[in-house]
Amino acid sequence: MTQTLVASPPPARPAGRGPGRAGRPGRRGRGSAANGGLFRLTPTSGLGLGVALVWFSVLVMLPLAAVIGAAAEGGWASFWGTLTDAQTFAALRLTVVEAFLVTVVNAFVGTVVAWVLVRDHFWGKRVLDVVIDIPFALPTIVAGLVLLSLWGPDSPVGVNIVNTREGIFLALLFVTLPFVVRTVQPVLIELDADVEEAAASLGASRFTTFRRVILPSLVPAIAAGSSLGFARAISEFGSLVLISGNTPYQTEVASLKILKFLEGDNQAGAAAVAVLLLLVAVVTIVALDLISRRVARRG
Amino acid sequence: MAETSIRSRKGPVTYLLRIFVITYLAVLVIWPLWEVGQQTFFPPDRGAGGGFGAFVERLSDPSVSYAFNLTATVAFWSVVINTVFGVGISLLIVRYRFPGRRILSVLVDLPMSVSPVVVGLALVLAYSTGQGWFGSALASVGFYIIGTTPGLIMATAFVSLPLVIREVVPVLEEIGTDAELAASSLGATGWQTFRRITLPSIKWAVVYGVVLSMARSLGEFGAVKIVSPGAEFRGETATLLIQNRYTNYQEPTAYAAAFVLVLASVLALVVVSLIRKEDHV
Repeated sequence: MTQTLVASPPPARPAGRGPGRAGRPGRRGRGSAANGGLFRLTPTSGLGLGVALVWFSVLVMLPLAAVIGAAAEGGWASFWGTLTDAQTFAALRLTVVEAFLVTVVNAFVGTVVAWVLVRDHFWGKRVLDVVIDIPFALPTIVAGLVLLSLWGPDSPVGVNIVNTREGIFLALLFVTLPFVVRTVQPVLIELDADVEEAAASLGASRFTTFRRVILPSLVPAIAAGSSLGFARAISEFGSLVLISGNTPYQTEVASLKILKFLEGDNQAGAAAVAVLLLLVAVVTIVALDLISRRVARRG
Repeated sequence: MAETSIRSRKGPVTYLLRIFVITYLAVLVIWPLWEVGQQTFFPPDRGAGGGFGAFVERLSDPSVSYAFNLTATVAFWSVVINTVFGVGISLLIVRYRFPGRRILSVLVDLPMSVSPVVVGLALVLAYSTGQGWFGSALASVGFYIIGTTPGLIMATAFVSLPLVIREVVPVLEEIGTDAELAASSLGATGWQTFRRITLPSIKWAVVYGVVLSMARSLGEFGAVKIVSPGAEFRGETATLLIQNRYTNYQEPTAYAAAFVLVLASVLALVVVSLIRKEDHV
């Protein structure tokens, strides 16, 4: 479901939408194409833009501003105090460590899965390709329940992950499975066979070919997929609600900490943690934007 | 593309990787999914009945029907809103030139990366009657958002906002403006151009985005959890019902509801893959 995400090769752009556009204010009549593809706003589209911006502000920007406002209300000292409070800090550290471990595993396993799905051919491969998307398609609370049905209190294999850090790790691994796979897959499909042939004919072993020829072109995709997965793991909530026992210092993660703050009527505390998560989200999309633009330039 | 010799060569590593991937996906995804089916139709002990009859009975409980009705209503409205908004904003971002256009195109992607809990918190801090920035003002004109269905719709619309845009923008960029320019030079109005030229070419992207938004809206949990009172017959959506029943030791009901949502998501996946085939033939 992420095929349209950043790492896929950018679609062909209409010619002429390049340099020169910015410095030249449109002098032509309204509705006409200024510099190949970008129209000037007409009264109708201007009105549409206004309506869209109002709705976007009401739905997204103002509420997010309210979070920042609430976090800033008590000043820097109280914001910092909340985050460095031992219990909150433990939750943040656990979240970051788990997300990092999951990201490392995904960077390796996701690449391998993408490789097998693209290069190998065997019966049932198409089914596996659909299976990759299931963790995305499932509602998060259902994802938690799905894992609990196998690894929960009624586990047929006798393993109970409820209220353990391994459980959190497993849940994050489940929900972030598609990110790296789906960003690496299209790049692998597009790879030119010629360079591999050339490497092989020059005497490179298959592993050397992979390491020196294929891997470098996959790195931006792996990076993009990993950062998406990391951001998701940091902010994950639904699948952890049933699995993480929410024990302070042990299995409490950032998003559940926000819920606990809210239930305890501590809005400032909730907002402080939320601002951190928001920051991670913003950094991620900016990083992805940069990666995809770099890839687009190189292509 | 014809397989080249180097790519089709198979060694022991090929088979090792294949077995690893199959095992990994089987243990992580397939087996747990299978167990959900088991728990739904053959619940272990607890005196709960098994089979399809018991499954239907659990789903026809009034509180369960209420939850699914509410989920359907919320999903419907959030999809309608996101489709209209999504197509509109995609056209504006791709076709028009205005200050802040690039920033806007990055910002509309933000809702997908924000934690659902933060989304819920943000809506509460902005619109709840007690503490929100605008809550009291809205309450004075008799409008309440937090704890009501409009609040649920807003939370759901927030998290699924970029899905339509993400599908439509690349297609709009790819088709370019030639046909649209030709139409308008021949005297078509803006609306005619949109309906006769633009819409047919982005049709599948829109459908695709709608299916993705629908799937996402049906399953939203975190944001809804925070803005909803979440009690039986009071703002309890299907996903909230699953959590509440599971934690209240009514696992069979939780599994029955979860099974319905699993079916809905798998259906969405199938539809999406069919559309993609349609789109590329």
